[in-house]
Amino acid sequence: MAKQRVKFTFPTELIRDPVIWRLGKEFEVVTNIRRADVTEDRGWVVLELEGELEEIERGIQWVVEQGVRVDPVPGDILEG
Amino acid sequence: MSYASHLRCRECGRQYPLEPLHVCEFCFGPLEIGYDYRALARDLTRGRIEKGPLTVWRYSDLLPCDREQAVDIGAGFTPLLPCRNLGEALGLRQLYIKNDCVNPTWSFKDRVVTVACTKAREFGFDTLACASTGNLANSVAAHAARGGMQALVFIPSDLEQGKVVGAAIYGPTLVAVDGSYDDVNRLCSELADKYPWAFVNINVRPYYAEGSKTLAYEVVEQLGWRAPEHCIVPLASGSLFTKIWKGIKEMAWLGLVDWAHTRMSGAQPQGCSPIVEAWERQSFDIRPVRPNTIAKSLAIGNPADGYYALKVLEHSGGFGVAVTDEEVVDGMKLLAEAEGIFAETAGGVVIAALRRLALDGRIGPDELVVAFITGAGLKTQEAVLDKLVPPLHIEPHVASFEEAMARRQEAVAAGAEARSTWRPGQNQQR
Repeated sequence: MAKQRVKFTFPTELIRDPVIWRLGKEFEVVTNIRRADVTEDRGWVVLELEGELEEIERGIQWVVEQGVRVDPVPGDILEG
Repeated sequence: MSYASHLRCRECGRQYPLEPLHVCEFCFGPLEIGYDYRALARDLTRGRIEKGPLTVWRYSDLLPCDREQAVDIGAGFTPLLPCRNLGEALGLRQLYIKNDCVNPTWSFKDRVVTVACTKAREFGFDTLACASTGNLANSVAAHAARGGMQALVFIPSDLEQGKVVGAAIYGPTLVAVDGSYDDVNRLCSELADKYPWAFVNINVRPYYAEGSKTLAYEVVEQLGWRAPEHCIVPLASGSLFTKIWKGIKEMAWLGLVDWAHTRMSGAQPQGCSPIVEAWERQSFDIRPVRPNTIAKSLAIGNPADGYYALKVLEHSGGFGVAVTDEEVVDGMKLLAEAEGIFAETAGGVVIAALRRLALDGRIGPDELVVAFITGAGLKTQEAVLDKLVPPLHIEPHVASFEEAMARRQEAVAAGAEARSTWRPGQNQQR
C-alpha cells in the first residue's frame, strides 16, 4: 500500500460537487482530509490518499479530468 | 554553536525534534525551525558576531547547524552598495543594493544550499537532490562536490544547454525529465518519498530556508546595526521574502537593533505573479498560475510560501508589484548602466518594481531602502542579447576608428543608439 499527500484546488464550478466522495467511491483509494479552506466560490483541500500506487495514480488522473488542480503538498518543487 | 531546538508546525503549532521532516504529521502544514531565543538573547552580541568568518557562517548561532561541520564554499557576506547614481535616477537619497550576484555560484541559492548540505550530511544522507532550471542546480551540484556527497539534479528536458553547464561542471547526475513543469513537480515529490535522499526543498526544506535569513543579518550589520526602512525583494516561492523578514525581526528580539519596523515589498514578473495577484485582491488565497515570463528564476506558479509572504506584506505594510518583461529588461539595463551591476532577470524585476514604487510615491525620497539582487546576469544573457548596442566594426587604422565614432555619436544624438535608461546627472522622475 502506498500513501500520497496532495493538495486539490477547486474552481468555482466544482465547489458544489462531491469530488472527494466520488474519488473514494469509484477507486480503491482511502481519502483522509487534513486541512481545507472552502468558500462559496473557491476552495482547496490538503489530504492523504492511501491505496495501491497504480490505483492512486488512476484516481488522481480522474480528479484532474474533472477540472481539479492537483499539486504536491510542498507546492512547486522545481525552482530557478 | 547552533541554538536550534525543535521543528514547529506553522499551522497548528505542534513541535517535533530536529529531524529530516518538512510537514506536520497531523495537519500537513509546513514545519520551521524553532530556537532557544532566551539563551540566544543571553549569549549573542554584536561583538561575538563580528569575530566570525566573512561568510553566512558568521551567523551560525542563528542557523540550524554548527559551523565547525559546515560545507562551505564561501557563500555570503556579499557587498551592500550605496547607489548614488541609481538613487538619483529614481529620486531616492538612501538607496542600497545587496549584491548577491557575487556568491560562489553567482546567486543567493548558495546561502540556502550551504545550510541544507551541512544539515543533510549531519543527518547522514549521502545524496543531495533538487529539481531546478538554473541557480539551485548550480549550487546543489557545487556544494555536494565540496561536501563529498552524490548530487542528483532533475531538470526539464527542454532546458537550454547553456543552463546545464553551470551544474554539469561539478559532476552531478543530471536527469532530464520529459513532461510539463507540473509533471516534474509531481515526480520529484514521489521520488522524495521513496528514496533516502536529502531533497533540499522537500525533506530538508525547513533547514534550507533558514539560510535566507543571513541576507537580513548581513544588511543590518553592514548598515551599522540598523534595520532598513524598506526592502524590495523578488518573490518566487515566497520563502526568501519571509525569511528576510524573520531575520530582521530576530535582530530586534535579540536586542541587536533598536528598531525593526521595516516595510517589506515584493516583486514578481507579470507572467508569474500569483502572490502579487492575491495581494491586489486583498486575499490570502493564492491562485496557482502557469508561468510565462523571461524571469525564469521567479517562475513558480504554485508558491509554497505564498500565503506566508502575503502575511508579511500585510503585517509590514509593504507593497506587491508585478512588472512586464519589457520593464524587466529595462531594469537590468538601468542597474548595469547606473551602478555597474549585471543582474539576472530577477534583478531586473526588482529594479523595475523599485522604479514603480519610487515613481508612485510609495517610497519616500529619504527612506533607507535596500533592494535585493539575487543572481548574476551572465546566466540569463538571452534576455538582453538583442537589446544592446552592437560593437563598432572598424579597419585597423585611426581614420576608420574616428569615422565609426563620429557615426556613433550622430546616432546617439539622433536618439537611435542612446543609452536608453540612464545618464549621469539625468533624473528620471516624471
